Amino acid sequence: MSTTRPRTLFDKIWDSHVVERLPDGTCILYIDRHLVHEVTSPQAFEGLRLAGRKLRRPDCTIAVADHNIPTVGSRVPRDIKEADSRIQVETLEKNVAEFGVPYIPILDVRQGIVHIVGPELGLSLPGMTIVCGDSHSSTHGALGALAFGIGTSEVEHVLATQTLLQQPAKNMRVEVTGKLGFGCSGKDVVLAIIGQITTAGGTGHVIEYTGEAIQALDMAGRMTVSNMSIEAGARAGLIAPDDTTFDWIKGREFAPKGAAWEQAVAYWRTLPSDAGATYDKSVTLSAGDIAPMVTWGTTPGAVVPVTGVVPDPSQVADEGVRSQMQRMLEYMALMPGQKLQDVPIDVVFIGSCTNGRIEDIRAAAAVAKGRKVAAGVQALVVPGSGLVKQQAEREGLDRILLEAGFEWRDPCCSMCLGMNPDKLTPGQRCASTSNRNFEGRQGPGGRTHLLSPAMAAAAAVTGRLADVRQLG
Amino acid sequence: MEPFTTLTAIAAPMPMQNIDTDKVIPARFLKTIKRSGLGVHLFDALRYDKDGKERPEFVLNQEPYRNAQIIVAHENFGCGSSREHAPWALLDFGIRCVIAPDFGDIFFNNSFKNGILPVRLPRAVCDVLIEDAKLGGNARITVDLAGQVVVRPNGQEIHFEIDPFRKHLLLNGLDDIGQTLQHTPKIDTYEAARRQSQPWIPSTTAV
Repeated sequence: MSTTRPRTLFDKIWDSHVVERLPDGTCILYIDRHLVHEVTSPQAFEGLRLAGRKLRRPDCTIAVADHNIPTVGSRVPRDIKEADSRIQVETLEKNVAEFGVPYIPILDVRQGIVHIVGPELGLSLPGMTIVCGDSHSSTHGALGALAFGIGTSEVEHVLATQTLLQQPAKNMRVEVTGKLGFGCSGKDVVLAIIGQITTAGGTGHVIEYTGEAIQALDMAGRMTVSNMSIEAGARAGLIAPDDTTFDWIKGREFAPKGAAWEQAVAYWRTLPSDAGATYDKSVTLSAGDIAPMVTWGTTPGAVVPVTGVVPDPSQVADEGVRSQMQRMLEYMALMPGQKLQDVPIDVVFIGSCTNGRIEDIRAAAAVAKGRKVAAGVQALVVPGSGLVKQQAEREGLDRILLEAGFEWRDPCCSMCLGMNPDKLTPGQRCASTSNRNFEGRQGPGGRTHLLSPAMAAAAAVTGRLADVRQLG
Repeated sequence: MEPFTTLTAIAAPMPMQNIDTDKVIPARFLKTIKRSGLGVHLFDALRYDKDGKERPEFVLNQEPYRNAQIIVAHENFGCGSSREHAPWALLDFGIRCVIAPDFGDIFFNNSFKNGILPVRLPRAVCDVLIEDAKLGGNARITVDLAGQVVVRPNGQEIHFEIDPFRKHLLLNGLDDIGQTLQHTPKIDTYEAARRQSQPWIPSTTAV
């Protein structure tokens, strides 16, 4: 392979992490950062124990418990009421002690959702390879790092070897041209992308997001976009690191300092895709065509602008697609042709690794300010980390939200997947800033509409799916 | 890991797209610290009603599909979450092979690590196999990994592609950590060079 060939951002990170290329093309890929949480790691540590293997690089590894942690009341592991949740958290604490894994304890202010914590502490940096036993590891790609989710066997593989056996992915470019309109955010961009390319559109690829609208996003917006790459089927998303990235990272707890910072930035500036680099697949969207988006079905690709209507399966030729749409409408209790804006909601969830950052809470608070949560609606705000919560409280956002009738909770994955006590009851309809609207994802029988934090707040104060642009 | 060589078994037809890993095994069953015992919750929401009773219309609640070892499905099987609980639940139920037009990437990888063979075949071929599978107990499908063929009940052989390294590991039931550890000197060399070239990468030990 010629080294003068123009390379993509993905090619550059990949090439610099190949330890060895095996005869069939499989690569031993070096992993710079391994994030560990309580749900997908117990069987991996058990595997090490049974094989008598050690953790190769504790200093590249960081553990934090996030999925099972309660968002109200005591957060001490022994006080977690559900026995299996408690055991999972206690098992993580035992494993990190036994194997010497650096760990952020639950009562540490820096505890939070692993994909919020990594970037926030400066542990996830451009040019790195970053993995976690969690599909939303794609989040970290917003920094210009190659970050992807892995299964538990691969978690064990990284713990033991600090590498993974991988085949190179294909390159896909998603370009979003022009400027986003009023009331639109990174969430609307990524939902529009998935709506266009489908939930399998990125399968086998790493998506690099480019274009004016992507460059104009702040880091929170970029992380929201990259986070949902997996919802488009891509294991990883990437955004070229630029001054927005560097300014955001500078000064974070573990970010390089002084001469090391200068050296790092100089290297990071070499990472963006070369002019003339080629992609296996390219898609272009115009930001001007993107409106605030809401999902109507049980796959993130089942999405329309909030001004739209529920599509009609009888208009679809493919029998498989038609029957899936019918099943989705039945599950979601929606009618073809129904206006999304007329749909009343029961619960609002603002949080998750997709939208649990300070910028997301600011966006929700801006809509909530001076308004009240509609009667009969429960609205939860769950900051993505203790540091996000602390910052929001410094800015007085908690008071704005509490005065409006929102609940202000402690950090956790919470109602994104209901592994802690926060879940929907059967038939409840939720306006959610999370990433998946799969059947039962937020609780058995629960109905999920994915949308942005501003749109979620608009739903909370109107009691229905609403166009945030009309609230002024 | 149990090797996968040749499997002749009942195949369950599941003509659905986007069977995500939340469908395969919902999040509330992930609170386990073991790999075993998840088969009872496989496809929980499709398989049981809200009172926990079996839904008779669901294929795996029907004879002979309770003994199925192969699933044939439509596009994007195993999309979504990285949970390896999905292949663990399939394996615990007895499934050793899933045939579909394409798969979620992480599920696809996870399957190999657990001795489950995911076979990619075009949609039209999957539809033919789904019709075969509907014939039930007298129409077993054979999956021959060494020969890279799926054999229909009528004897027709259908070739499938598989990456040679994965095939080797699966045929021999090899643990890939053991394989990688044979390359430890290369990893040592790489790490030493990386410390020089990118000294700024932060250590987590001060956390």
